Amino acid sequence: MAELLQFIFSGLTVGAVYALVALGFTLIYNASDIVNFAQGEFVMLGGMTTVFLGLAGVPLPIAALIAVIATVAVGVALHRLAIEPARGAGPVVLIMITIGASIFLRGVAQIVFDKSFHSLPPLFGTDPIRVGGAAILPQSLIVLAGAVVIVVLLWVFIDRTLFGKAVIATATNRLAARLVGIDTRRIGDFSFAVSAAIGAVAGILVTPIAPTSYEVGTLLALKGFAAAMLGGMGNAVGAVVGGVLLGLLEAFAAGYLSSQYKDAVAFLIILAVLFAMPQGLFGRAKVDRV
Amino acid sequence: MRALFSSRLMPIAAVAVIVAVLPAFFPSTYYYRVAALVLVFALAGIGLNLLMGFAGQVSLGHAGFIGIGAYAVAVGPSHLGLPPWLSFFVGAALSAVVAFLVGRPILRLKGHYLAVATLGFGILLSIVFTNEASITGGPDGMPVPRLVLFGWAARGSEAWYWISAVSFVIGTALALNLIDSPTGRALRAIHDSEVAARVLGIDVAEKKLMVFVISAVYASAAGSYLALFNGLVTPDVAGFLRSIELVAIVVLGGMGSIIGSLVGAIVLVVLPQALTVFHEYEQAMLGLIVMVFMIFLRRGIVPSLATILGWRK
Repeated sequence: MAELLQFIFSGLTVGAVYALVALGFTLIYNASDIVNFAQGEFVMLGGMTTVFLGLAGVPLPIAALIAVIATVAVGVALHRLAIEPARGAGPVVLIMITIGASIFLRGVAQIVFDKSFHSLPPLFGTDPIRVGGAAILPQSLIVLAGAVVIVVLLWVFIDRTLFGKAVIATATNRLAARLVGIDTRRIGDFSFAVSAAIGAVAGILVTPIAPTSYEVGTLLALKGFAAAMLGGMGNAVGAVVGGVLLGLLEAFAAGYLSSQYKDAVAFLIILAVLFAMPQGLFGRAKVDRV
Repeated sequence: MRALFSSRLMPIAAVAVIVAVLPAFFPSTYYYRVAALVLVFALAGIGLNLLMGFAGQVSLGHAGFIGIGAYAVAVGPSHLGLPPWLSFFVGAALSAVVAFLVGRPILRLKGHYLAVATLGFGILLSIVFTNEASITGGPDGMPVPRLVLFGWAARGSEAWYWISAVSFVIGTALALNLIDSPTGRALRAIHDSEVAARVLGIDVAEKKLMVFVISAVYASAAGSYLALFNGLVTPDVAGFLRSIELVAIVVLGGMGSIIGSLVGAIVLVVLPQALTVFHEYEQAMLGLIVMVFMIFLRRGIVPSLATILGWRK
């Protein structure tokens, strides 16, 4: 029982990060029909920038703030310089652009930072809290709390503000949104900025538990993408549920089956879901018009 | 004259002449090495181009088949005692079987779902290559014995240039032949509209599966050559980045253009070598090349040039 609880704790923590990456995916996908493979690099940039500013003597809260701002700038630059000029290109071309951006950011991080793994000091120490025979790190609770706060803030913003309604309008029908006077390019900027910020915050929160390096982004992006798929592409609730579910399944697989094949299990689940119900858990079946 | 140019043999003859004459301009063996790499990647690119450019199905996991081919020529001789040339064919057959089994469920998916499924499949294979250390040598990889054909041992970049050149010409000929066949026309019909193709009586699922298997065999062959050429195989050969490189070769060169795959391979193999003085800049360079070409030449180099120069079909 204690063992099961332990796996649930670690699964929830990892799942929270996957959920945030998946949420970033969904936001960009809805606002601009783009699958952004550079999503994982936002997480990496958040963690790495904070670490290196910290090493340079900048107090950590300020370092974290600068890291988020820098990542947002990268996100907006990605939209303006790489995505907007290619508007109207086919899906494969757009996927290749974001993958190119992801490889590029990774390459630059390798030069600007370095190739080793780095960690940050946890916010409230390293003494685990004991719950029912299992242990949970205070930082895990912070990751979970951070994820909840982000999800709630985003939901309130999208659901309760005029700008949020413009985002929903753009997601529903881009052309119609333009016709009623919504600046869809600004919505695109916004979605990349917020996605980058979410990724960066996730990266900063999780670095004390899971050390970061220039290449952590790839696997995170793939799993975040998988989580978004699992929940149903374009569905924000689905993204969060899919992320948490993927984290839990992965933790169980690592605990009960094989830790070596932990990553494999995640992709097996994804293939199984795609074959059995291609629209995901919360998505609606897409009907093609001939 | 016009009939001669439009004939099917013309481009194959042109390619054969070019690869035969090219070494006369190589100042050193280093050029043989780079050219051999270009041709091997172009071979894999042609296979993937059949799938992406003609059948219109994307695969972000083709490095998995490169991995099967590469590990076949490593594992076959060292664990099973097979000669390298036989291991090459065993690898190709194994890739075909795997592609046949996975292809049917995977190719039912479309768009982003197809992309993520093939991607997941490729990563699964690379995880297996990394973790089954007792067979594959794990993350450090394993040595690959030299290819021996009729008592002649293939060694050095020059020998490998000729082996990859001959394979590339054969691969091009087979691909052009396929495109010009009823199957090729059926594939283009599927690319234009799956529904319309089905209404015309084309067995869409079967044709897609067939070209998926063919493209897997091309990738497997390229993987075997790569491993034999380097004398070493590591899980990187089947990694996510390799799959992306392959897709980039196809898209950069031009989807649906067989010669485009050669051009794409030249860009992706030669440009990073030429532009990067330091090894660390390689990734940043690769990413930048992919982005810049996709933004400004989104139809691919060969089709864009064809339009500019006014070669219309």
